[in-house]
Amino acid sequence: MKTYDAIVIGAGHNGLANAAFLAKAGLDVVCVEKNEYIGGATVSRNLYDDWIYSNCSYVCSLLRPEIYRSLELHRHGLQVTPYGGSLTFMQNGDYYGGYHDPEVKYREMARHSRHDADAYERFSADTMRQCRLVRDFLLKTPPDPTSFKLRDLRELALLGGKFLEMGEDRMYETIRFWTMSVAEYLDEYFENDVVKTSLSGSGIIGTALGVHSPGTAYVLLHHYMGDVDGNVGTWGFARGGMGAVANAIAGAFQAYGGELRTGAGVEKIVVKNGRVKGVALENGEEIDARVVVSNMDVKRTFLKCMDQSDLPKAFHDRVSNFKIRGSSGKVNIALDGLPTFPSLPKGSSLYHSDMHFIDSMERMERAYDDWKDGTWSKDPYIDMLIPTLIDPTMAPTGKHMMSCFVQYCPLQIEGRAWTDTERQAFGQTVVDQIANYSPDFKDLILHMEIRTPQDIENEIGITEGNIFHGELTMDQLMFNRPVPGYAQYRAPVAGLYMCGSSTHPGGGVMAAPGANAAREILFDLKRKNTVPENFGDD
Amino acid sequence: MSIQEVPQGRLRSPFYSRLQALDTLNTWHEWKGYSSADALYCAETEYFAIRNATGVFDLTPMTKYRISGPDALDYLDRLVTRDMQKIKPGRVAYAVWCDDQGQVIDDGTIFHLREGEYRLCSQERHFAWLTAAAIGFDVSVVVETAEVAALAVQGPTSFTVLSSMGLEGLATLKPFGLRHFEFAGTELMVSRTGYTGDLGYEVWIAAEKAELLWDALFAAGQLHGIRAIGTHALDLARIEAGYLAAFEDFLPADTTVRTGRSRSPFELGLDWLVDFKKPNFNGRKALAEEKRNGSTWRLVKLDIEGNKPAHHAYIYAKEKRNKKEIGFITSAAWSPVCKQNVALGTVRMPHGKTGDTVWVEIFYQREMHWTRVMAKAVVVDKPFWFPPRRSLTPPDPY
Ligand SMILES: Cc1cc2nc3c(=O)[nH]c(=O)nc-3n(C[C@H](O)[C@H](O)[C@H](O)COP(=O)(O)OP(=O)(O)OC[C@H]3O[C@@H](n4cnc5c(N)ncnc54)[C@H](O)[C@@H]3O)c2cc1C
Repeated sequence: MKTYDAIVIGAGHNGLANAAFLAKAGLDVVCVEKNEYIGGATVSRNLYDDWIYSNCSYVCSLLRPEIYRSLELHRHGLQVTPYGGSLTFMQNGDYYGGYHDPEVKYREMARHSRHDADAYERFSADTMRQCRLVRDFLLKTPPDPTSFKLRDLRELALLGGKFLEMGEDRMYETIRFWTMSVAEYLDEYFENDVVKTSLSGSGIIGTALGVHSPGTAYVLLHHYMGDVDGNVGTWGFARGGMGAVANAIAGAFQAYGGELRTGAGVEKIVVKNGRVKGVALENGEEIDARVVVSNMDVKRTFLKCMDQSDLPKAFHDRVSNFKIRGSSGKVNIALDGLPTFPSLPKGSSLYHSDMHFIDSMERMERAYDDWKDGTWSKDPYIDMLIPTLIDPTMAPTGKHMMSCFVQYCPLQIEGRAWTDTERQAFGQTVVDQIANYSPDFKDLILHMEIRTPQDIENEIGITEGNIFHGELTMDQLMFNRPVPGYAQYRAPVAGLYMCGSSTHPGGGVMAAPGANAAREILFDLKRKNTVPENFGDD
Repeated sequence: MSIQEVPQGRLRSPFYSRLQALDTLNTWHEWKGYSSADALYCAETEYFAIRNATGVFDLTPMTKYRISGPDALDYLDRLVTRDMQKIKPGRVAYAVWCDDQGQVIDDGTIFHLREGEYRLCSQERHFAWLTAAAIGFDVSVVVETAEVAALAVQGPTSFTVLSSMGLEGLATLKPFGLRHFEFAGTELMVSRTGYTGDLGYEVWIAAEKAELLWDALFAAGQLHGIRAIGTHALDLARIEAGYLAAFEDFLPADTTVRTGRSRSPFELGLDWLVDFKKPNFNGRKALAEEKRNGSTWRLVKLDIEGNKPAHHAYIYAKEKRNKKEIGFITSAAWSPVCKQNVALGTVRMPHGKTGDTVWVEIFYQREMHWTRVMAKAVVVDKPFWFPPRRSLTPPDPY
C-alpha cells in the first residue's frame, strides 16, 4: 500500500494552504475532506436556483497577502474587491453612516458628536499601533516562553523588543488593551452611544462574550488587523463568494501535484508505537502517511478522532477545557430585487456598506443576555451586506443576495438540540429586525438558508460551531493557542500536526495557521521552506 | 422619511463664489473637508503678489474655536506651554500645546479678542482634546470654523489696501495686535498676523458677510496690485519665513502610530514658547525632564548651496563615507525673493547647531534621467526672509 508523505485532514482554507505549501516543497500530499465540497467555513454554494451564497464567512481582509502572492492565487481565480463603509440604523428614524471617505465620515460623526469626530483620529492611531504589534506575528510561529532554544529566544526577544520600543506609556496602554472590554476601550475615546455601538460590533463578532466582557477589545483588533492591498482595516468581497478563496488555494495545491479527495471523512487518526501511522476513513479505508496534519479544531481532532490513550493526560485535560463556544448564526437570503431603506436617501453609498440594526450599547449587552439564557438574541446584532451590489456573479442580473451574520445564537436551546420550528423562528427574528427598516424587504425573499452553530457543527465539523475554532481571549492566544506548550503546531504524538484556526493566529480567513504549520513540518522534515515571510509593516 | 445625508463632496467656503470667478486653472485640493485652490491663475505670479503687492488667501478652513468664560485664561494657560497671562486683550499669541509626554499636538494662534474671550485657530481639529482639557474649568469651547470667514491679506501694499477700504487707525496696529472695526453692520476683526513673514493682516468676519468683505477689499485693492492666491504661493512664502506646517515639519502627536515620530517644542526650535515659570501646564513634567536630559531631534533651517530644491532629501554629517543619515528635509524650496536654496529639516542631536555644515543628498530629474548631488548646507537661525517692513509700525505706504 502507498504511503504518502502527508495527509491533511480537512479541506478548509487552512488545510488547503497547508497542503499547498507542503506540495510546493515536493511532498506527496493528499487532502481528505468529509464533505462533497471543499472550503469548510470558506465556501460558496449554490442552494437555490442561480443564487450563490457565501454560506459561512462572507468578507475577506485577514487573508495574508504574502500567501496570496506566494501561491499565485490570482492565477487560480481569486480576486478581492474592497468595499467601504458601515451603517447603523437607529430606532428614532435616524442613522449613523461610517462612510468610506474620511472627510464624509468626519462630517457624519460630527453630526452625531463633534467630540467623537475629533477623537476618532486618536482612536485610529492607538488602534493601529496595537494592530502593528500583532501583524508582525501573524506569519510566525509563536515563541515558547519556557524554551531555551535559540529560535524561541530570538522570537521572544523580537516580541519583547517591539513592546519595549513603544515606550513606557504605550506599554501600559497595550497591557490594558489586551485585557479590557471593547466598551471600556471605546469609552476612553467616545461619548456618543451610536458611534460607540457602531464600532463595538467588531469586538463581539464570533465571540461568546458581551461588549462589557473583558478581552473583547482584542477581538476588535482581530477584525482591524487585516488589510486589502495594504489598507489596514479594509474589508473586501472575494469575487464569486468566499469559496473563491478555498478554490484558488485548492487550485494551487493541485497545480503543485497534490491530491484532493472529497467525501472522505476521517474516522480515526491511527497511531502506532507512539508515532502517527495514517488515518482511517469513515468508509473503512485506511491511508498511510509519515505526517498527518489536522485542519479540524483541536477538540474534534484530539477528543473525537483519536484514542485517548495515545495522548498525555495533561494535554487531554487542557484540550477538554479549551473554550470554543458557539455564539453566531448566519442567514443567507436570495432576493427578487433590491430592498429599499426609506430612512436612507435614494442612491446613498451606504447601501454598499455593512448594515447594522442595533443603535445602543445597552441593546448590544441585552443581545448577549439572551445567549446566556440559552436562546438566540431576540434583538440581535446583525452584520448585513448585499454583496451583489458589488459582485455581479452571485445572483441573476437585477436580483440580489443578502448575507446576515447574526450575533448571538447559541449551540443549543436551553441545553437541548434546536428544533426546526426554532430554527425558522430564529430566521424570522432576523428578517423582522431588517424589515423594521425596510418595508418591501419581506416580499422580495425567495429563499433563505438559516444556520445555527448546531448546523455549522454538523455540516463542517467545527465543535460547538465556534467560527474561530476557539475563542480569541488572551488565555487562548499566541503561545497559549490552542494550549500552552503546544503552540508550535506539533501535537504530542510524533508526526501529527495541527493547522486549523484553533492554532495561532486564530480564526478568520487568514490562511496563516495553515502556512505556519507547513513551515514547522518542513523544518522537521528538513525540507526547504516554501512558506513566505511576513512582508513586514514599514 | 429619509434624513438628508451630510455633504458627500468637498465643502465650499463662503468666499467660493469669488474665488471661482477668478479661477482659471481649476486645480483644487481638499483642506479639512473644504475645497481649497492650489493656484488660481499662476502660482508664481500669486507668490509675487505676496512679496510685491498684496496676496489674498482664503483661510476659512482653518479650525477655529471660541473660548470664553470666567476661567478662559486659566484654561488656556494650562493648555499651552507659553505664558498666556502676558497676552492682553487685543493681542495675539503663537502657541503650541502638548500631550502628557510633552509632544506637540499642534501649533496655532490665540487671539485675545476682548477681556476673557479668545479665538484659538489651528490647522488640525481638536475638539475632543480641548473639551477633555476643559474639565474643572468654567469655560466654554465652541467650534466656529464654518461661522467665521477669514482671509489673509499679505504683502507690502496690504496696509494701503486695508486703509483705503476705510479701516481707520490701522497704522498703529503692531505685529501680533488685533483690532475690531465696524463693517457692513457687523464686526470685522483685523489682526496683524500671517504665515508669510511679510507685512500682512488677517481679516475675520461672520460668514454671511464674507462676500461683501471680499468685494470691498478687492475694490480697495484694485490700484494696489491685489490678487487672490492659492496654497502653492502661500506654502512657498511660509518656508521662506521659516514657519512650520503640521503634517510636513511635525506630526500632531495624537495621530502618530510609530514610536518617536512626534516632536517636542524643543525639537521644533520652539523653546521660547515653553515657560517653566508656570506651575502647571500640559506636558510640563515631561518637558522639564527633556530639558534636563536633552532632546533627540532638532529642527534646522538650512541654506543649501546650488539651486536644486532638496525635496525629501536625507541629511548627512559629512560629504562622504557616512554610516547613516542624521536626518531629513521636511520642507524645501528655491526662494525667489532670497535667491537662495532653502529648507527646513529635522536632524538628530547633537547635529545641527547654528553655523554647522551638513550635507544634503538631492535627487533631481531632467528629461527622464535622475541626477544625484551632495550639496553643502549651513544651519542658520534666522528666517530666510525677514524684511524690516514686516514689523514697521506704522507701515510705509507703498
Ligand atoms: C458563519 C461564519 C461566518 C464567518 N465570517 C467570517 C468572515 O466574514 N471573514 C473571515 O475572515 N472569517 C469569517 N469566519 C471565520 C472563518 O470562516 C473561519 O475561522 C475559517 O474559515 C476556518 O478555516 P479553517 O480552515 O481553519 O477551518 P474550517 O473551515 O472549519 O475547515 C475544516 C475542514 O475540515 C473538514 N472536516 C471536519 N472534520 C473532518 C473529518 N473528520 N474528516 C475530514 N474532514 C473533516 C470540514 O468539513 C472543513 O472543510 C466565519 C465563520 C463562520 C462559521
